[in-house]
Amino acid sequence: MTENVEIIKGASLWRDAWKRLLRNKLAVFGIIVLAFMVIAVTIGPAIIAWATGYTYDLIPADRELVRSMPPSLKHLMGTDDAGRDIFARVLQGGRISLTVGIISTFVSLIVGVSYGAIAGYLGGKIDNLMMRIVDMIYAIPYILIVIVLLNAFSGKNTTTLVSWLPQIIVSLAILIVGILISVLLFRALFDKFVATNFGVFLLKTLFIVFSISVLAALVFLASSLVGNTNAGVWLAEQYSTNVDPGLSQIFLLFFALGLVSWLTMARVVRGQILSLKNQEFVMAAKATGVSTPSIIFRHLIPNALGPVIVYATLTVPSVMLTEAFLSYLGLGVQAPFASWGSLAADGVKNIAIFPWQLLFPGLTMALTLFSLNFLGDGLRDALDPQTRKF
Amino acid sequence: MSEQNGTILSVNDLKTYFMTEDGVVKAVDGISFELKKGETLGIVGESGSGKSVTNLSVMRLIPEPPGKIAGGSVVFDGIDVLALPIDEVRRIRGRRIAMIFQDPMTSLNPFLKISKQLMEVTQLHLGHSKQQAREHAIKMLKTVGISDAEDRIDSYPHEFSGGMRQRVMIAMALSCDPELLIADEPTTALDVTIQAQILELIKDLKTRMGTSVILITHDLGVVAGMTDRIIVMYAGKVFEQASTRELFWAPANPYTKGLLKSVPDPAHEQGKELYQIPGLPPDVAHLPPGCPFAERCDRAADICRSEFPPFVEIDQGHHSLCHFAKDVYRESKTEAAEKAAN
Repeated sequence: MTENVEIIKGASLWRDAWKRLLRNKLAVFGIIVLAFMVIAVTIGPAIIAWATGYTYDLIPADRELVRSMPPSLKHLMGTDDAGRDIFARVLQGGRISLTVGIISTFVSLIVGVSYGAIAGYLGGKIDNLMMRIVDMIYAIPYILIVIVLLNAFSGKNTTTLVSWLPQIIVSLAILIVGILISVLLFRALFDKFVATNFGVFLLKTLFIVFSISVLAALVFLASSLVGNTNAGVWLAEQYSTNVDPGLSQIFLLFFALGLVSWLTMARVVRGQILSLKNQEFVMAAKATGVSTPSIIFRHLIPNALGPVIVYATLTVPSVMLTEAFLSYLGLGVQAPFASWGSLAADGVKNIAIFPWQLLFPGLTMALTLFSLNFLGDGLRDALDPQTRKF
Repeated sequence: MSEQNGTILSVNDLKTYFMTEDGVVKAVDGISFELKKGETLGIVGESGSGKSVTNLSVMRLIPEPPGKIAGGSVVFDGIDVLALPIDEVRRIRGRRIAMIFQDPMTSLNPFLKISKQLMEVTQLHLGHSKQQAREHAIKMLKTVGISDAEDRIDSYPHEFSGGMRQRVMIAMALSCDPELLIADEPTTALDVTIQAQILELIKDLKTRMGTSVILITHDLGVVAGMTDRIIVMYAGKVFEQASTRELFWAPANPYTKGLLKSVPDPAHEQGKELYQIPGLPPDVAHLPPGCPFAERCDRAADICRSEFPPFVEIDQGHHSLCHFAKDVYRESKTEAAEKAAN
């Protein structure tokens, strides 16, 4: 009897999830929009340049045209104050916005996942140390980190890295003293009060002291750096002899956002690994002589990948929003470069007179963010075994 | 059953403790036993008696902290496993000592194909290429009685039934042709018919491959037909050690007698309640000074509560941890003779 029955090809977990994802209309909408967006920003600027001759930084030679014009057949989204084609600028800005999102997510995938998995699997003191470092970086408002970084590395004057070494040393000293005080107090008082409400209060207080010292160190570093260094150029010169300061700023933005984007991912992954590492298959893998790195990267991480993918798709929009926010504040991308955030910032100044300057970048960005969120939600539902419908 | 007389594993005075907030839990406290090549040893005991911890200690798989191997030695084929650096231990795990776990539902990685998991072992230990490892994996699946091994090898664990998964686990455990197989309650999670099949399979493979086996279980029925010798564990200690025949025929420890009495018997009188040992196993973090079984023992005397019992040798290879071991042994023998007479 069984010979006649064709062996049913079992659906893998991934294929199953993919099927469920395709059943989710919003998620499919998201995928299509995103695919379209990626293609558009990749080849769009070249097509516009070929068809009309406009590029994102082309200011018309004719003085008459250096003004904001409403959308027309020539300029589908109108032009900005300098007469630059907004359509070309939106596409160009999309490149930067999407790249920021993708790079930061990539960093959070590589660094955050490995970091969290290692901390979670090894546990004990190592875990404690690793996660306290994450807490430390968390405790500092990320905006501050970004501002410090951007200011420290992209000043206009020419000084060298050596000139701000004293500041770094003082900052480190503040930091170390702060940490020492916290740790010593903590060790002296921990045993007595840990199980009591007062213990919890104490822990929180110490943590605040600790964070404040970190903060103080950073603020000191920032205040002594703002406006008087040119480390950005120094950094850029390491890569090329002739780097545009605007480009180096974008590069720094990538770096700064990447630096803070992996923290939550590390926590998410650590939590996953903590619950997975006591499962029997880990013990079984150990019992067959598999090494620790192999257990972490071959056996555990694939099991945690569902939440990781979901979180990654939700990281992209959040990082893009941060980038837009920073650019809006004038910290991120500077003209003639454009990102959706900086375009919106330019546009909002003239919202009453030239609404198209805000409308089109804003709409494009909103559409992309919606799509990413839809996709993220769809993936979460598709990969979560508890919402699985068979 | 065993022809060769070489000792493959000898455990001496093994002590594994767990440091908990509640105090030191002496999960295994001074266990000694020997396993000869080709022999099958059964380890029997209630939950929490230290059966699994003993074997995890042999494999150096005790999570540290809170666990700690506090003393003793484990000599596997002349190598002191406890003194070995962890890298060397890793080379023994899976290659020379393999392990089968209790729950086949959770001991396979749900996200990896069976093929990957089977191939990993031989690629790691035997240096197989992908192709070789795959062929070997298919061969092993056939050995453990999985039909259509070529098709099924690329399935995921959730596409197998419980019994099939345990077969896969056995295939994985045996794929490097280990000298020692530790089966930690291999049939507890399976239903009775599958249980019989799996036991038959282990028995069959054992004789074919000449592997020594340690079979951990709380089911005396399972060990009866499988093992050469049995260790009865209670509260982290060996309570009785004897050949299987001897243990069933003439147990020399009240605890063993209690266990044997609580096995359902087809000849059991109708309406009569099945015997059960009263009380619960003691908290191993706070053991009383005397015999840990004294509170539950029907023949406990004052000495049992005050003094720790001696490990008496009753016969060659038959030891019992009891103040009255010899008396119990004599009684058991008479009872057995009476039964035989009936």
